[in-house]
Amino acid sequence: MSAAIEVHGITKRFGDFTAVDGISFSVEEGEIFGLLGPNGAGKSTLIRMLTTLLKPTSGSATVGGHDVATEADAVRRTIGVIPQALTSDLDLTVEENLLIFAKLYGVPRDERGPIIDRLLGAVELKQWADKPVKFLSGGMRRRVEIARGLVHRPRVLFLDEPTTGLDPVSRTAVWAMLRRIKAEHDLTMLLTTHYMDEADRLCDRVAIVDHGHLLALDSPIHLKAAIPGESTLEASFSNAPPDWRKRLERLPAVESVTGGPAARDPAAGESGGQAGAPRTGVGESSGAAGARGTGATDGVGGRPGVYRIASDDGPKTTTALMAEAARTGVGVLSLGVQTTTLDDVFVHFAGRELRDELQDPSPAERRVIVRRG
Amino acid sequence: MERALAIVERDLRRFRRSPTLIVVSLVFPIVQLVVLGYAFGGKPRHLKVGLVDQDGRVPAVQLAALGNAIAANAETFTFVPFDDQGRAVTALRNGRVNGVLTIPPGFSRRLLRGENPRVALIEDNTDNFVSGALASTFTGMVSAYGRPGVGAARTAGVGRVAGGAARMNAVPTLDIVEVYPYVPYIQYLLPGSIVMSIFMMVMIGGGIIFIDDKARGLHEGYLVTPITRFELILGFNVAGALKAILAGTVLMFIGSLIAGVPHPFDPMRLMRLFLVISLSSVALVSMMFLFMVRMEDPLVPRAIFGVLNTLLFFPSGAVYPQSAFPAWMRGLAVADPFTYVVHALKALLLKNTGFAAITGDLIFLTVFSAVTMTLATFLFKREL
Repeated sequence: MSAAIEVHGITKRFGDFTAVDGISFSVEEGEIFGLLGPNGAGKSTLIRMLTTLLKPTSGSATVGGHDVATEADAVRRTIGVIPQALTSDLDLTVEENLLIFAKLYGVPRDERGPIIDRLLGAVELKQWADKPVKFLSGGMRRRVEIARGLVHRPRVLFLDEPTTGLDPVSRTAVWAMLRRIKAEHDLTMLLTTHYMDEADRLCDRVAIVDHGHLLALDSPIHLKAAIPGESTLEASFSNAPPDWRKRLERLPAVESVTGGPAARDPAAGESGGQAGAPRTGVGESSGAAGARGTGATDGVGGRPGVYRIASDDGPKTTTALMAEAARTGVGVLSLGVQTTTLDDVFVHFAGRELRDELQDPSPAERRVIVRRG
Repeated sequence: MERALAIVERDLRRFRRSPTLIVVSLVFPIVQLVVLGYAFGGKPRHLKVGLVDQDGRVPAVQLAALGNAIAANAETFTFVPFDDQGRAVTALRNGRVNGVLTIPPGFSRRLLRGENPRVALIEDNTDNFVSGALASTFTGMVSAYGRPGVGAARTAGVGRVAGGAARMNAVPTLDIVEVYPYVPYIQYLLPGSIVMSIFMMVMIGGGIIFIDDKARGLHEGYLVTPITRFELILGFNVAGALKAILAGTVLMFIGSLIAGVPHPFDPMRLMRLFLVISLSSVALVSMMFLFMVRMEDPLVPRAIFGVLNTLLFFPSGAVYPQSAFPAWMRGLAVADPFTYVVHALKALLLKNTGFAAITGDLIFLTVFSAVTMTLATFLFKREL
């Protein structure tokens, strides 16, 4: 079986800024492939190069066996693209939106009707076919665009953040629809996302991208297995002594400790710990939110003072941690235990948290959060 | 070609479902036509003129009576009598009267002796329109009265009587022949309103929608399809031109009725008008496409709208004759496509000429379209 997408050392520079830096990977036919990374990681630039919207600065890529730079038109006939923004015409009906695109793709006149009819069935919008798109909800509009991207029977479908801005119910519905359409139409899909759970539940393989680099590439299961610890404890403390991190690292079954207050200024660390106090259960809420997939809305901003402790044995480490805290007079402000998610995978590879980056990309905030090594 | 038509179809379907755009692009030019047409078109009326009769004898009273007779008919002015020149001038300065007509002492005596008597009109020359109207009214009045020789001396300031008396011994007469029926200002303004409606549609329906679609990512949707550069440009511009032609044609009909153009539906004239409107639409759409082809920020077209409007509309001769412009503005007018549209429409609407009068305009608009469209095509990017 040949690869549907092959990317060799592809690079895109805008002036001095390198948005995508020498990324290589290949996507097998019939695969759902996820590009996971925060905003600004280079996902959209990468997808725009693969969909012939941008020319690579260097490197090459083929889609469906056609080179994106030299055989752009052949690539365009092979691919369907569902852009990040909702770009359906609001004043046109669902059916008209699809019809215009069938014409733009040069679908023969007598095939347009049956194809549109079948696609509207597949995305469950048949009864809304003659309604203007402006009366549809966000999830329904997204389905219109998915149908629109399939109107010329492409072999490879590109989706740029297909569920961003949708409510959890709509997101689940979109996932189910994508899986079904993929199976029915024998498609290869490449999607970008900054939702861990989307990558985890939908994708066969996930590429983690940050700052234009490919950090890791494997199936979600393998990615999670590759990082230390089966469980992650997230905890914040008050009155932590300066050597608290060292003590945490010595607890039983602990593999690594990341996060915690900024090292450069103990006072800042202290206040950081205090600042975490009103947000009780920081660890649990973020973990649960990650699993539910409402990460972008969980309200946990930069989280100074929260330690992430990777452990092979969650309960054992937790018990020891509580005992240690009681013995040294350290107050536990919050404590959560969870099994490893792609969140932890991202933190492991990128050295920082995805959500924090999404919510506040200001450099000042980042200085506190980033802890490499 | 079918792909270009798909873009046109999409645009026209959207256009049909958004009546706001249609209304806005027609309402503004119509409001402008009616308000400007009547605001500038008329002659000043109901002015108040102070009358100071320092002579008081029969010929002076006769002159005043003649003035009253004119005032009663034309309603241009009414006399307000003053006993004293000083009080009258004060009233003029305070704006209670628009001018002061003084019949000096000895007017009657000089008149009867044939010594070229004078009357003085003191006027508030801060308003050229009012002072001009008063001057022409009283010049007419005095010459009608003054068979023996009476002159009206205009004064530029207030309270200072200057200027020579017109000698009326041998008065040459100028007979004026008008080639066309009287053209009210609202008709004079109509060509400007038609070009404005085309421009409004090009600006909103072409420029702003183009940039907004681009910013919304709609163009990305086009660019990932196998459509060619040429088909894209053709689609955008044909759609824009069709909308502009529609706006211009509708305004031509409505405006002709409002302004009372004689025989507005003469078929030959309509055909010529439609040709001018179509070519003008293509020219303005090409110009707009050139402005917008590399633009990304949706705010910019909105910001430059007013400037562009002023820069194109007023030098075009739509509201005031270009011969009155200073040299730099005449230079601007030569490059302004509105100039040629307005010239051609004036020829057709006000004079009902044939093609001979508008050939130059049609040639300019064709060349202008070709040049701007070629430049825009070079600047257009098939990729992001």
